Amino acid sequence: MITHRPEDLRSCDRLIIPGVGAFGKAMENLRREGMDEAIRTERERRELPVLGICLGMQLLAEAGEEGGNFLGLGLIAGRVARLQRSAAKERVPHMGWNEIEIAQRHPLLKGLETGSNFYFVHSYHFCAAHESDVVAFTPYCGRFASVVAQGNVMGVQFHPEKSQRTGFQLLRNFLAL
Amino acid sequence: MLKIRVMPTLLYKDVGLVKGSKFDSTRRVGSVLQSVKVYNLREVDELVFLDIAATPAGRRPDFQLIDDIADECFMPLTVGGGVRTLADVRQLLAVGADKVALNTSAVENPALVREAAEAFGTQCVVVSIDARRHPSGIYEVFTHCGTRATGLRPADYAREVEARGAGEILVTSIDRDGTMQGYDTELVRDVSKAVTIPVIASGGAGTYEHMEQVLRTTEAAAVAAASMFHFTERTPREAKLHLRAAGFAVRL
Repeated sequence: MITHRPEDLRSCDRLIIPGVGAFGKAMENLRREGMDEAIRTERERRELPVLGICLGMQLLAEAGEEGGNFLGLGLIAGRVARLQRSAAKERVPHMGWNEIEIAQRHPLLKGLETGSNFYFVHSYHFCAAHESDVVAFTPYCGRFASVVAQGNVMGVQFHPEKSQRTGFQLLRNFLAL
Repeated sequence: MLKIRVMPTLLYKDVGLVKGSKFDSTRRVGSVLQSVKVYNLREVDELVFLDIAATPAGRRPDFQLIDDIADECFMPLTVGGGVRTLADVRQLLAVGADKVALNTSAVENPALVREAAEAFGTQCVVVSIDARRHPSGIYEVFTHCGTRATGLRPADYAREVEARGAGEILVTSIDRDGTMQGYDTELVRDVSKAVTIPVIASGGAGTYEHMEQVLRTTEAAAVAAASMFHFTERTPREAKLHLRAAGFAVRL
């Protein structure tokens, strides 16, 4: 179900935080509805599996700098910064199909491998405070964390729902957790 | 490594898909949903859907149709044609478009690009630039499906919309549209050099070599083609096999 009501989180088995939009505006919307507190509460109360997608992944961080400085949900230690081009050929937004380099095995990436391609579209990226929270990197603008996880909270910078076979595999993995 | 994207473009008019020719005439080529299903099965990189009759007819986008298309589309979908207001952008995203292309409205209402980028993120705002080459060699941007001159130079205009928050540019040569004689590499080069956001080359693709050529001589991040995929036996997958053999990173 698609919801913006905190009470719906009490009964759900899994939570996906999707993402289109800007960091500050998205947090403002979550706060206005009381969703930020509800997500944190449910996550602590019963280890609710959470998957953040794209902006939804970035919102898991403690803070973001898109269009100002904003506090995030603070579920995974880190902040969100703008991609910095490291070569003239690199364009921002990072848009299109790119691969992941798996840094550590994780059930979310079952059946996927280093070199699996996903669809990305973003200008900001998650800078994890602890390398141990990074499950996979993607080589662009240097390299950035494209999959992060801390306990039952996970985030992917790409769009599994637009990544065809590899994306479905990842979503199936999330549902099987 | 980021892959070069090969994107089929669907030109929609009235009730079906059409083949364009220099923005001047069109021919019906079939049902849109059927094409989308085929491209989805073939796992193309991305799809562009342009309702070319909407703006000239003063019509809004067909939201129900886009909703139906998006339901069949497990790949990124860019939708353009007849998008006039922030509410149009919102509704297109709500029915399943991943990106919205602004063309005429980006010229007539410059604030719209910024408003859309602020509300929904820069990544979903594509500015579509249609340009024609004058005999003098100077390029000019045209709106209203290629019928109205703007006095704007494509490269300058591209820089301007980037500053306003566009996340990507689709640049189409009106002269080459539907001719299958190759992209206008000079136009694509000028525009792709002017900005740091990704640029999609469009208009004129007839062979895989045309795609290779525009990628070699410009800074385009993606190539779009309509007639070539709808009217010849050539496919996006074979285009990518060709590009891979030519040394480009593609997703297969």
